[in-house]
Amino acid sequence: MNDPQRFEYVVRLGDNALVLGQRLGEWIGNGPELEEEMAMGNFALDYIGQARLFLSYAAELEGAGRDEDQLAFLRDQIDFRNVLLLEQPNGDFGQTIARQFFFESYYVLFLEALTASSDKRLAEVAARGLKESAYHLRHATQWMVRLGDGTEESHQRIQQSVDELWRFTGEMFSGDEIDRWAVDNGVGPDPATLRPAWDTRVNEVLQTATLTRPDNDWMHTGGKQGRHTEHLGYLLTEMQFLQRAYPGAAW
Amino acid sequence: MYTQGLDQQGDSLKSVDEATRLAAFQKRIDAEDKIEPRDWMPEAYRKTLIRQISQHAHSEIVGMLPEGNWITRAPSLRRKAILLAKVQDEAGHGLYLYSACETLGISRDELIDQLLTGKAKYSSIFNYPTLTWADIGAIGWLVDGAAIMNQIPLCRCSYGPYARAMVRVCKEESFHQRQGFEIMLALSRGNDEQKRMAQDALNRWWWPSLMMFGPSDKDSKHSAQSMAWKIKRFTNDELRQKFVDVTVPQAHFLGLEIPDADCQWNDDTGHWDFGEIDWTEFKEVLAGNGPCNRERLQARQDAHDNGAWVREAARAYAEKQARRNAA
Ligand SMILES: [Fe+2]
Ligand SMILES: [Fe+2]
Repeated sequence: MNDPQRFEYVVRLGDNALVLGQRLGEWIGNGPELEEEMAMGNFALDYIGQARLFLSYAAELEGAGRDEDQLAFLRDQIDFRNVLLLEQPNGDFGQTIARQFFFESYYVLFLEALTASSDKRLAEVAARGLKESAYHLRHATQWMVRLGDGTEESHQRIQQSVDELWRFTGEMFSGDEIDRWAVDNGVGPDPATLRPAWDTRVNEVLQTATLTRPDNDWMHTGGKQGRHTEHLGYLLTEMQFLQRAYPGAAW
Repeated sequence: MYTQGLDQQGDSLKSVDEATRLAAFQKRIDAEDKIEPRDWMPEAYRKTLIRQISQHAHSEIVGMLPEGNWITRAPSLRRKAILLAKVQDEAGHGLYLYSACETLGISRDELIDQLLTGKAKYSSIFNYPTLTWADIGAIGWLVDGAAIMNQIPLCRCSYGPYARAMVRVCKEESFHQRQGFEIMLALSRGNDEQKRMAQDALNRWWWPSLMMFGPSDKDSKHSAQSMAWKIKRFTNDELRQKFVDVTVPQAHFLGLEIPDADCQWNDDTGHWDFGEIDWTEFKEVLAGNGPCNRERLQARQDAHDNGAWVREAARAYAEKQARRNAA
């Protein structure tokens, strides 16, 4: 492989999309309303679509004869590069909304920067993803406010989810040598630079939703380097079952 | 449509006055006029439609469950995306159909309540389990295939909103049927384990698919009224035969065997013969004793219960907003 950093960078994007798409797909049949079930399904579909674009590009960069499916279904968790936030279980509807809100608030900023990437393939996917994520963020924001400023029960529940997931939000802004490579080559932004706008947005919405911003600033990291929480293994077991049980079969 | 041809009997007609209106109504039907929500219609016509359309809507929604099972386990990203899109389509069908039903003067909340309390039926086909990936192929190929047979005539149903909903739904169902067939084709061109999976799925889904057309004509007492009202255009047995005639050659093309020793081409009739359906099984599943009746209803009930606090929050927030805006 003559461009290992690029491969690594693209796999991270692909795994974020894949793992989140897989989680959102779990909502089918479980939504609080038909419209919400459809919304989750649409978001899942957007992310699986993005995962395919990123992972097939990664496979081309790797040039080892693997394809999107071999990357998705035949890697174990130490080779997955998604951020920890996205592999966290759906929990109740509020927990999924909080996860969506934290991630989409970051992702629209990230994709916006990525549309200016020196890598034309990534810039194209970013432009498409940006439209999708703008909508996902609107949806998540509306629900943050409805749940936060709804009933006493919903307020408590969503506050608990915010508190629960907060410790995974910092990873989105922590850069490493791959991110430095991306900055040096004009491929993608320094994640730390996205933080102020994220903070502003999150503070605003939490306030409107009458929610409290958690004050613990200890952040878990490691997903981008392949060190995950226990949840990812189960997600992969389910997702990869057929490819593992019937090696080499075409579907 | 997944209504199993459970046509309902109309109210008895009371007065001469009503008889006159009824005659005028029938005249419109005979002239292929579309009946619209604001038009006068006999109460029995309204009730029959509410029952049929809601049963159809519920079937779309409950039908999401057996297929939804496999979204997280689809064997490739492409298949996962196609399945997600398909299940989304079914949710959309449920939504148009609930709206069509609401034009007849009943609310979606009431309809959902009828589903959850077991007062309303949904198609029995969804009370069978999806055990392997091949079941996702078999459902698309056979169940959506049977649904199309039932639904194409409904595009000309006398009730306008239902007919229009069906035009849209039918287009999508035929995609689903093709995608299901494509899954079966990949399996039947695959390795021995995949072929076995495909045959096993056909063995389990074939008879329940034939049952989707409802009781045989000799036992279906209420077809005549629905035919006269042009809610129904072909009898259960006619549609079932049509389905068998289209599907048997497709099974042969896949190299699969129809699980019916009596299934053979009949030169005299120009149709495929098939054996007697197990009507005891049909009745048992309808009575709630199918392999997944309890699970399906429980899943919908759980989603409803687990979502109650979310719906309440949305209502409470909307009320607060309305008060704030008024102030
Ligand atoms: Fe449908
Ligand atoms: Fe369908």
